[in-house]
Parts: sequence; C-alpha cells; structure tokens
Amino acid sequence: MGRVSDLQARRFIPLLGFALLSLLLFRGLSLDPTALPAARLGQAFPEFAKPELRSGKSIGVTDLKTRPALVNVWATWCYSCRVEHPYLLKLAGAGVPIYGLNYKDDEAKARDWLAQLGDPYELNIVDVEGTVGLDLGVYGAPETYVIDGDGTIVHRHVGILDQSTFRADFLTWFPAYGAPEDPLATSRPVAK
Amino acid sequence: MKANRGARIKHGYWGQALALWVSAMVMTVHAVIETYEFSSPALEQRYHQLSQELRCPKCQNQNIADSNAPIARDLRVVLVEQLETGQTDEQILAFMVARYGEFVRYRPTVDRNTALLWWAPGLLVGAGFVALALHFMGRRRRPAPILSESETARIRALMDENDP
Repeated sequence: MGRVSDLQARRFIPLLGFALLSLLLFRGLSLDPTALPAARLGQAFPEFAKPELRSGKSIGVTDLKTRPALVNVWATWCYSCRVEHPYLLKLAGAGVPIYGLNYKDDEAKARDWLAQLGDPYELNIVDVEGTVGLDLGVYGAPETYVIDGDGTIVHRHVGILDQSTFRADFLTWFPAYGAPEDPLATSRPVAK
Repeated sequence: MKANRGARIKHGYWGQALALWVSAMVMTVHAVIETYEFSSPALEQRYHQLSQELRCPKCQNQNIADSNAPIARDLRVVLVEQLETGQTDEQILAFMVARYGEFVRYRPTVDRNTALLWWAPGLLVGAGFVALALHFMGRRRRPAPILSESETARIRALMDENDP
C-alpha cells in the first residue's frame, strides 16, 4: 500500500519541475533584458575640461556642483532626443536645473537646434569625441543622470525622459515637483 | 590562366615565398571594417583577445569586435590606445568595468551577482548525477513482486491460452 502511494507521489515530480520552471520563466517576462546596472552610481561625476556650447568658455565638473540637477545626454543626430526635448523645456520652466552633455555632435548643428526648439539647459558640455560620455558609461542618447549638490551621480535613466518616468523615479531628488498643484501638473491632459 | 602558370614555372617557389613574406609583414587587424596598426604582434594578439572578451553595451549579444554600434567602435579605439600606452589586460578590463559594469565582460569576476552564473552549470550537472545515482540505487533494491504466486500462475495460464 505504501509503495503504491509512493509511486503516485512520484508521478507529480515532472509537474513540480514544470511548475518551478514556469515560475522562473514567468518572472523573466517582466524583466527588461536591456536594462544595465549603472556602474557609476554613487560615484563623483567624472572630471572633465570641455568648452561650453553657447559661451565657448572652458568648463569643468565644479561648474555642475551647485544643487541637485539633471545631466541630459543629447545630440542632434538622436531622434529620441527630439521627442524628449519639449518635456525638458517644461521641466526647466518649472525650475529643475538641467545641464546638457552634447554627445558626439556637431557644435553648429547643436546651436541651431537650441535656437529653433528652445534651450532648457543651464549650460552644455561640448563632448565632440564622446570622452565625457565614455567616462560616464554612456552607450547611447538620450540618457539622463541625476547629480546631487556635491556632484555625486545618484540616478541614471536610459531612454526618453517623460512625465511618468520623472514622477516615478526622479521625485526623490526634486520633491517640490510632485505636489498636485505643481507647475508640471497643468501639462497633464484633463480627464473628462 | 596560361600566363599565370608560366610565371609560376619561371619563378618556382620564389613567388610564393615572396607572397608569404609580404603577408607576414602586414600587422593589421580586420575587426569590423576598420584597420588598426599595432607596434608589435603581441599587442595585436591581445587586441583580438580583449575585443572578443568585451561585450558591446548597446547590442548586448555581440562582443565589441563584431559589433557595428558606434559605442563598440569607440571602445575599440580606446582599447587600441590603451594597449599602445602599455596598459596591462587587468588595467584595461578595470577601466571598462568602472564605466560599464561587470556586464561589459563575457567572463565577469565572481561576486554575489555573478556567482549563480558561474556555479549553476556545475550544480546542475551535479544534481543530474545525484538523480541518476538515486535512480539506479532504487532499481537495485527492488522489493518483492506485487503479485502472489497463484496470481502469477493464473496470468501464465491465460497467456498460454492465447498462444496459437
């Protein structure tokens, strides 16, 4: 009798294996395989000496250390950056400080872009060779970093920065922009 | 064709030897479509090794030697620069890992995140052997048949009955 129930229990071993495997694979469905851990999190923004886009003056990492700010990696060749641009203008209008990293771009084209579409940046690092980008671990544009007042990198977002991303991941450092009556709230479509 | 053959007969093996010598002189690498010049064949050898071990951060299932992504190109340029300035393999890998994380290596160092990656194959093979051993041990000490002697005799009789 014991032997029979033992045999019946054994019958469920494959089912158990299948259930475990399903669980594992189901978990995999909700993971983003392209998401990379940011190696530079918690470290200081890398040192650099590059010209500023508008003034042409040489700037360095000390020029970024004022208060929590965004560092936005952009280029005129990057289509997604064009999609992202209006939201950056909105953020800048609401008072979020944004520094630009003009990544592997043409200076004249970049200036034209800002003249035509508006300029959300407090200043722009001209990184024609992409060396600042390399030191940051940038592998494409757009990317947006959050640095705190000491110039420490505290967050990285790869891809287009939009309102839902900002509200979900960036409010820790910009709490003033999460209140219901904040200036960004007005840009939300009104539910009817 | 004919002229070619004539030339070979005339020059014997000298032509081939010359071709071999010339091709041995060229120390260039055809990675994707670019050509890099190395100051020594040892550096070229290390370039090949490292560019195949470094993973492109953009196109994730290619190494930087095979990828056409701009970032892979940048990393190849950096790799050549660092090789030529005398950096060791460890220094170059540390440079890349500092910027792009352990992800950038196809053979990451063993830490909390990568331990499973390194040990899972061994563990799974081990588990397989254990399962196999249990299976064969269970077979050896098989208990007495369920059927009693009279039942066995009855089955045998039934089977004989059906035999033509």
